[in-house]
Amino acid sequence: MTDTLLVGIDGSEGGTRAAQFAAKRAKESQGNLIVAYVIEWSPYSFNTPQENEVRHKRREEEISRAESDVIGPVLETLKGEGVEAKGIVRHGHAAEVLSKLASEEKAGQIFIGRRGLTKMQALLFGSTAGSLVQISPVPVTVIP
Amino acid sequence: MKKLLAAFLTALLWAPASWAQDAAGAVELSLDERINQTISPVTNAIAGVIFYSVPVSDEIAIPVIVVWLVVAALFATLYFNFISVRAFGHAVELVRGDYSDPKDAGEVSHFQALATALSGTVGLGNIAGVAIAVSIGGPGATFWMIVAGFLGMSLKFAECTLGVKYRNEYPDGTVSGGPMYYLSKGLGEKGLGGLGKFLAVFFAICCIAGSLGGGNMFQANQSFQQFVNVTGGADSFMADKGWLFGLIVAGLVGVVIIGGIQSIAKVTEKVVPFMAVIYCAAAVIIIVMNIDQVPAAFGAIIGGAFHAEGVAGGAIGALIQGFRRAAFSNEAGIGSASIAHSAVRTKEPITEGLVALHEPFIDTVVICTMTALVIVITGTYTAGGGMSGVELTSLAFESAFSWFPYILAVAVILFAFSTMLSWSYYGAKCWTYLFGESRSMGLLFKLVFCIFVVIGASMNLGPVIDFSDSAIFAMSIANIIGLYILFPVVKEELTSYWSRLKSGEIKKYAGSESSA
Repeated sequence: MTDTLLVGIDGSEGGTRAAQFAAKRAKESQGNLIVAYVIEWSPYSFNTPQENEVRHKRREEEISRAESDVIGPVLETLKGEGVEAKGIVRHGHAAEVLSKLASEEKAGQIFIGRRGLTKMQALLFGSTAGSLVQISPVPVTVIP
Repeated sequence: MKKLLAAFLTALLWAPASWAQDAAGAVELSLDERINQTISPVTNAIAGVIFYSVPVSDEIAIPVIVVWLVVAALFATLYFNFISVRAFGHAVELVRGDYSDPKDAGEVSHFQALATALSGTVGLGNIAGVAIAVSIGGPGATFWMIVAGFLGMSLKFAECTLGVKYRNEYPDGTVSGGPMYYLSKGLGEKGLGGLGKFLAVFFAICCIAGSLGGGNMFQANQSFQQFVNVTGGADSFMADKGWLFGLIVAGLVGVVIIGGIQSIAKVTEKVVPFMAVIYCAAAVIIIVMNIDQVPAAFGAIIGGAFHAEGVAGGAIGALIQGFRRAAFSNEAGIGSASIAHSAVRTKEPITEGLVALHEPFIDTVVICTMTALVIVITGTYTAGGGMSGVELTSLAFESAFSWFPYILAVAVILFAFSTMLSWSYYGAKCWTYLFGESRSMGLLFKLVFCIFVVIGASMNLGPVIDFSDSAIFAMSIANIIGLYILFPVVKEELTSYWSRLKSGEIKKYAGSESSA
């Protein structure tokens, strides 16, 4: 059975480092690699009627932009290094979606970058790596 | 359609022309008084038609339109077999997202559609409207308001289900729904295309008027009132300068709806729910502080509902006021909220109807009741000395916390602003339904909308509330005729959905419980 590895990226350098780190592991173990990007979204936000009216359209735009601008370049780079990876874009809370993806795709491990937040920043904005470690169903590797 | 537009514009142009005449004769009058004098006869005439009342005794006259709404709400409650009670819990699960397909993440959720619709309904109707009901109808009006809110839930359920079922989905993924669509398409399916089209146009015209009245003038008027209140009452630098306040608010509204500066609207949408929480929390604190008064207050509310002494029209007077203000506040049967609810992403139109049940509940049974209890418990409705509207509510809160009127002023202005933005959207939807989606037409409506902010802030409460009520209630004429015809469609959807839910065909999505 081949191993499946999941890496979460966020368009930052840390995310790219995580993707490269995961790609190396995938190459070594000849496993599959999934690169996921989560668009921050909550079903409990307050919107204007104008926003709601065009929401469906915006969603499609967000997904295609994420695929072309964030996931695309990373997949391209990895391909250059000889690793074929699958890209996934989802809406939701990053840590929750990554945990869910890990179960869905039967991934054995999640890789994620970190942003090096101070205590205060983490308190204010929340730390994806921090919450993922708490709720993930599989081992998580945080790449500095 | 062109004729309609021409009539509308003539009416608008007529107003300034007659100011000019007045201006020559009466130099003494302030600009506010002049605006009031010019517009009141028009609003009075409209109110006279919509609130045509049948006298049942010397002092009691029952407005037909109120009976129309009550009967429809009662009928819907019975016809759907108390859906408001039966499905209340299931509706909570729907709002929570337990039944939402995870693949639809990123689309408009049930919660978002409900929250957006609520921001249009929770406004000054809950704060000032309730005070009007209690000051005219006595504490007993509160009881009837709660009853009306409860009955209204079933009506709202039906109209929001239909709103989603018959909405238009365009190729680019945008959606448009509301009574104009279910009246024309739904009645068309029943072979009543001509009637449907007529009702849809009638509804759209009334909705435009409603957006200018209850969704705009009343909001502007009462937020100005509260602003003057906290800046020194009659001595305020703003007193008698309603037009100036109106111009400022109109400017802000214009920046958002004409200038397209959505960030202001977004901020408002996010702040308003917190204001609502602060408002309710303050009400609860006042109720708890006066806990010894609560039994007496309930006594007055229930007693007054059936034996209203000293109220014009007695118990029936209380009932009329209660029902009138409840309908104005929660808009059940009016059709407006259906426009906002239609944007949701769901395969089952009935689910949005069920979610919408909560709207009259939150709006009337919870928030309006809070306001009423505070006014009754603090006894300000008797000591108010002829005060009505937001002044009375403010006085009631002030008797407990002297600084609260300032917070209330902020809350009121924010509520008013968000309600105006929502209603400008409803109005614009109806406007484009009538006149087509051209930029210049849309702009014309938005300009008219801004002008009405100024008019509303300048006028007295009396004519403003009469016009606002008539415009909003007129929407229910076409909407409810359509609802009676389409009730069976809703019932069919409901029966099918309910049986699939009970049989387990419709299931909660697995991840919904674990995603904490």
